[in-house]
Amino acid sequence: MSRRVSPGIRLVMWTGFLFLYVPILSMIVFSFNESKLVTVWGGFSTKWYGELLRDRQMLAGAWLSLQIAFVTACGATVLGTLAAFALVRHGRFRGRTLFSGMVSAPLVMPEVITGLSLLLLFVALAPLPFMPATRGFATIVIAHMTLTLAYVTVIVQSRLATFDISLEEAAMDLGARPLTVFRTITLPLIAPALASGWLLAFTLSLDDLVIASFTAGPSTNTLPMMIFSKVRLGVTPEINALATIMVSVVAVFVVVAGVLLARQERMRLRDSQAAARG
Amino acid sequence: MRRLFSRLPLGRNLVLAVPWLWLMLFFLVPFLIVLKISFATTQLAQPPYTPLLEWTEGVFPRLVLHTANYLGLLADSLYAAALFSSLKVAAVSTLLCLLLGYPMAYGMARMDRAWRNALLLLVVLPFWTSFLLRVYAWMGLLRNNGLINNLLQWLHLIDEPLVMLQTNFAMYLGIVYSYLPFMILPLYANLEKHDATLLEAAADLGCRPFRAFLSITLPLSMRGIVAGCMLVFIPAVGEFVIPRLLGGTDSLMIGRVLWDEFFSNRNWPLASAVAVCLLLILVLPILLFQRLQDDTEKHS
Repeated sequence: MSRRVSPGIRLVMWTGFLFLYVPILSMIVFSFNESKLVTVWGGFSTKWYGELLRDRQMLAGAWLSLQIAFVTACGATVLGTLAAFALVRHGRFRGRTLFSGMVSAPLVMPEVITGLSLLLLFVALAPLPFMPATRGFATIVIAHMTLTLAYVTVIVQSRLATFDISLEEAAMDLGARPLTVFRTITLPLIAPALASGWLLAFTLSLDDLVIASFTAGPSTNTLPMMIFSKVRLGVTPEINALATIMVSVVAVFVVVAGVLLARQERMRLRDSQAAARG
Repeated sequence: MRRLFSRLPLGRNLVLAVPWLWLMLFFLVPFLIVLKISFATTQLAQPPYTPLLEWTEGVFPRLVLHTANYLGLLADSLYAAALFSSLKVAAVSTLLCLLLGYPMAYGMARMDRAWRNALLLLVVLPFWTSFLLRVYAWMGLLRNNGLINNLLQWLHLIDEPLVMLQTNFAMYLGIVYSYLPFMILPLYANLEKHDATLLEAAADLGCRPFRAFLSITLPLSMRGIVAGCMLVFIPAVGEFVIPRLLGGTDSLMIGRVLWDEFFSNRNWPLASAVAVCLLLILVLPILLFQRLQDDTEKHS
């Protein structure tokens, strides 16, 4: 059912999409440019990809960032899911306003403030015995988890809000133990939300420059920090190649995830219709 | 689930306690430390600020509060100017995002289901790709010998390249570009739920489309508008990367001032004082955003 949309609005909409995609497309096109001059077309070439793959520092930075993002995403998914359960299933507990405030504030808090405040915390905690001796991997992961758990919570929370609680109750009435109920009923039903929360936390962590710059020690260089110091000096074709790789990987991931989730949703719908008829 | 938890009292409490403690330690306590250090002064030591409690004489420590940082912020007009220009840049960018994002979200919400999902994916996709690299892409487009200048010269619209990179224009462009998805998503989520029969009824009663938009659609989408504006405005005030890469050297943004005080001047107490002031200004919009979040939670 398509409702009437005036041509003016259509025009603005497609211009908007063009605006969103022209920069990304130009980066992809010019990553295959032979010329070192980033904006003059000198023929097709993949030499910048070769250059990128020989750049040991860049590769080390990428590997470090991927590790940080992986640990962050796992931690944030666990914490964010717990927070979402607390907000949806615990009703009105004492301090709920403060709790939900602390969960959602990092969504909008300017990064310079979050970064500075976490660094000052790590410096203040440094003399304590359980803290890591130098800032680096662990402090960045903690900072990223604090930032990204808010996103996971929002996603899981909206899934839990539409969750049919009678499914859990039916399983319990049939004598299933709480952990079994969680494993066989709750977890599969919220799995899509957990997956998108994990992915979002992963990409946000992989992308973060400001918070990582504050919380990293002097010898830690994540990929965004390396990109930033290169880009500050001007445009380099190598970064175009890197951007193209990252954009393609993300696009493939998001499209595949989207298709899988849509299929799962359809199957779930069919199952529940069958059950209703049954 | 309530019953599930009631059989597992320990589990029930853990579900709340773990994220609660985490956020206390890594979100709330750090702000108190920032507040504390904003009342210290720098010293050449590790860490580079003085303690507030001095154990000089007697048994009781003496509390030393240096207000010099705040007085310095007030005395030097640079900081006030940076703060005002950040608020202005964020407000103008938010308005531009709304002017572009509203028609986009409106158009999307009125497409067929298949189109709607595809376009939604197109809005979300840039959001999943590196923000830093998307800002960098504009550097390539806006340079003196960049794609836009080359195109304009090829069309003979201009003879000399326009200087666009490292201007306020580039900074606004970068902010609108980066934050546009944050504006579209809440607006779309709101507009998609609107009941089309309301507009049909208005049309049947002889209401002109624009009038119907003003008196039906716009008021109904107010919640989405406010949510989108907060999601753009609040982080944009403290934005650092975009002004640094696209804006000119004279672009005074408070995020950049804070960064430079911290990293270049190593003046941690002053950077903390800047953060406290910024937070005080943003506290109202943040509370507004949270009320909205809470409301949507209850409505859903």
